[in-house]
Amino acid sequence: MTKRVLSVQGLSVQFQTDNEKVLVVDDISFDILESETFGLVGESGSGKSISALAILRLLPRSAKMSGKHVFFKEKDLLTLPETSMCQIRGRRIAMIFQDPMIALNPVKSIGHQISEVIKIHFELSSSEIQSRVLTLLRQVEIPSPESRIGDYPHQFSGGQLQRVMIAAALAGEPDLLIADEPTTALDVTIQAQILTLLKSIQRQVGMSLWLISHDLALVSSMVDRVAVMKKGRIVEVAETQQLFTYPEHAYTQKLLAALPSIDSCREEANVTGDILLELKNIRISYPVRKGIFNRIVSHHQAVDGVNLTLHAGKTLALVGESGCGKTTLAKGLLNLIENVEGHIMWAGQNINGLQGEPLRQMRSNIQIIFQDPFSSMNPRMLVGQIIGEGLRSLHPEISSQQRKVEVATLLQQVGLSAECATRYPHEFSGGQRQRICIARALAVRPKLIICDEPTSALDVSVQEKIILLLKSLQQQYEMSYLFITHDLAVVSEIADELAVMYEGKVVEYGPVYQLLNDPRQPYTQQLLKAVPKISVG
Amino acid sequence: MIILWTDALIYLLLTTAMVSGFFLRNYEGLKRPLNKIAANKSAMVSMIILLFFVAIGLLDSLHFKAEGQRASGIISVLDYCTQPLWQQTEKTYSAPFSAYLYSKAYITQANGFQSWGFPRLKFGGSHLLNPEIEKTADVLIKLIVGLSKGFVFCISWVGLRALCLAKKAGQIRLQVRPGFMGITIIIVVVGLSGIIELSTYYHILGTDKVGEDVFYQTIKSIRTGLVIGSLTTFIMLPLAVVFGILAGFYRGWVDDLIQYSYTTLNSIPSVLLIAASILMVQIYMVNHPELFTNLESRADLRLLFLCLILGVTSWTGLCRMLRAETLKLREMGYVQAAKVLGVRPIGILFQHILPNVMHIILISVVLDFSALVLAEAVLSYINVGVDPSTYSWGNMINGARLEMAREPVVWWPLIAAFVFMFILVLTANLFADAVRDAFDPRRNQHD
Repeated sequence: MTKRVLSVQGLSVQFQTDNEKVLVVDDISFDILESETFGLVGESGSGKSISALAILRLLPRSAKMSGKHVFFKEKDLLTLPETSMCQIRGRRIAMIFQDPMIALNPVKSIGHQISEVIKIHFELSSSEIQSRVLTLLRQVEIPSPESRIGDYPHQFSGGQLQRVMIAAALAGEPDLLIADEPTTALDVTIQAQILTLLKSIQRQVGMSLWLISHDLALVSSMVDRVAVMKKGRIVEVAETQQLFTYPEHAYTQKLLAALPSIDSCREEANVTGDILLELKNIRISYPVRKGIFNRIVSHHQAVDGVNLTLHAGKTLALVGESGCGKTTLAKGLLNLIENVEGHIMWAGQNINGLQGEPLRQMRSNIQIIFQDPFSSMNPRMLVGQIIGEGLRSLHPEISSQQRKVEVATLLQQVGLSAECATRYPHEFSGGQRQRICIARALAVRPKLIICDEPTSALDVSVQEKIILLLKSLQQQYEMSYLFITHDLAVVSEIADELAVMYEGKVVEYGPVYQLLNDPRQPYTQQLLKAVPKISVG
Repeated sequence: MIILWTDALIYLLLTTAMVSGFFLRNYEGLKRPLNKIAANKSAMVSMIILLFFVAIGLLDSLHFKAEGQRASGIISVLDYCTQPLWQQTEKTYSAPFSAYLYSKAYITQANGFQSWGFPRLKFGGSHLLNPEIEKTADVLIKLIVGLSKGFVFCISWVGLRALCLAKKAGQIRLQVRPGFMGITIIIVVVGLSGIIELSTYYHILGTDKVGEDVFYQTIKSIRTGLVIGSLTTFIMLPLAVVFGILAGFYRGWVDDLIQYSYTTLNSIPSVLLIAASILMVQIYMVNHPELFTNLESRADLRLLFLCLILGVTSWTGLCRMLRAETLKLREMGYVQAAKVLGVRPIGILFQHILPNVMHIILISVVLDFSALVLAEAVLSYINVGVDPSTYSWGNMINGARLEMAREPVVWWPLIAAFVFMFILVLTANLFADAVRDAFDPRRNQHD
């Protein structure tokens, strides 16, 4: 029988706020075996990260933990004095976080930061430390580590930084590595690389890996055993294969059902219809300014000659990695940024560069839904005011009484009650906020809604409901969507056509089923291959 | 009735506040924040104390002519109420509650002999035959008498109120805790009455170099402090808010222009700028004596001009902060969404930007308020502050420079100015904190 590395029994964490106690982790128990990969999945707020932090005893002051025991090897981490705990943290148990940009100190070189970890835990001479750092960087496959050891975090890309983080975590030669959403902030293709790296290092070193994620598909391809967490409780623990083939708990079944699948694309090839919007050779560049007088020294081409056609009542999905110019294109389309070249043809009229009153009149045709439902609403306005804003500015002839009625119907259409109008945005959850944003865009009866990653900040089950809502609204109002996303699985659920963007250019463009089943361009193929799928056995 | 410039401006401010309060009284959105402030104990205590300060300041801002009083013949309502305080001047320094002068002098006794010692005060404790023995008991008795007078006054007043309230109980909308508020007001009124009773017999905070009552000076300084704090803020605020938001929102040449102007202004040492401007005013006053018929109006104009110049030089800090915040806000989703919804720029500025920078404005205004009172002290030090004849904490602190060097130390003017300034700034801070929290919807979650 394999030995247990970590054995948690009845762990609970409680947060104490001014006037209430919130039980965030509720009596969870699980084991992690030697050189095993253990997955903990659950939606945001289910207490995944908090349980990891509790085991490392890194909880904020307002939190209180209790439990029967938390054995790491032979030691009970609940009763261990803080000094001994320090020898375990970073040395025996290491952790990597979601965002490497925040976890690394921006003013120290990465070599310095890794060697810091080594210095704490081992007594080595400085040349030995130097060579250890180099070995570690080589292990995480940073190209030419000798020249990069003195570089600062901002000189690395997101994926490389996560590699550096892994190197720093490995520096203590841990028995258990906790990876808390290690790839959520990264692009799909990079995500795949990081996961392969983690897996291969684990095999080399023989440590245990505890992977925390919200992404069921990702977990299924990585781990040996999975625990599903819901509202602070572990509802199901099973071998990966068993959990994904025969999920027992209703919640697990619901999660699996909600998972968008890349194979579920619409089969019909009917993408003809009236042309609503035509983009002709769109080029958007940002000026690069330098020197004391802020002279423009060059231009950074964010969008480089894009041609797209949008049909009435259809959905065009725009896919690409972060930084490829998707959002810039959307903002250019909405006239929110300057330096847009090319023709944006709307009903035979070029709307690029419209100014003043004609532009305002055009506004009701195209609306936008943003990615982050938290920053997209003014926290100091009531929901009713937020939704009514467009009506007030574009249809001033509507009386305030009528506007209230209109707002109430809009709220009901997006699945919220009419009373919500007198509440503030912060009282709603992420999914509900996204519904309010949809209602706001819908208020002015647009013919086209640009959805800029509307679901990527949401949990899987919420994501599914928002997609369904968008679909039903599309049928009701015969709107078109320009759906910007990095998630190919979502694309297959909603889109009719697909355009793949890479470095400001559209590399492949066509009906969804065609692109997903028979990608021609190598980049599209790579993108498709990197999408994590539920793979069992 | 004589209206000085600052009086007019203070009452203009007050009327504006009252009129806007009247128009906003039925506004739905205000109900929740106001209730929240009303439920906050420290905020209510601060408010009551602040109101007392403001009331004193307002009384001190109603001037009228009273022949034979003072050199200029102009006194304020506050002066009228506290007549014994400023009429009973001693020869020079005397300690709080003392019956003797602080410095030795030749005393001519009844039998014509002269002796060297501490002479009795003319007014402070003059009713005592033998201060060494009687004073402590007398102070206590006077205090108790004063407190009970205040208490009786409160009881009768509260009784009357209770009768009136019973009739109007249905109209009270705010959830003020009447018991708590009542107790605070009673404590303040009773304490005040005790102080009034004592101050008619003693110099409770001592006297200064020319024998003037320090307690009187401190309460007269309240008006100066409030004028400098509020008028300067109302000159500085529009400049900072308008320029800061415009620069952050429009960027481009507007931003450049505003940025360069405040950088230029910032690069000039403000003390020199203020000194130069004040000297200009002084020369103007000397050249046009016909415009300034009395001391009061001269001092008043100097105070007003000080506020003006302080306001013009102090808007840059807040402006820079607001510009930075606006730069951040204009990229927020809701501002972008408003643009897409066709909201005009002016609408975006008022609906989205301004409410979301309000907390910064509030905090820095309150912090500036205390900084301004201190700035006044610094400027008085180099003789470019308020007129030396104007009572102000700055002047008192400035005077304390020499007093602290004396042996034995004359500590009471400094402590008096310090304590009053401290109370004003602390209560303003606590109250502003509560206001900021109440108007932030994100903090109303657990209602």
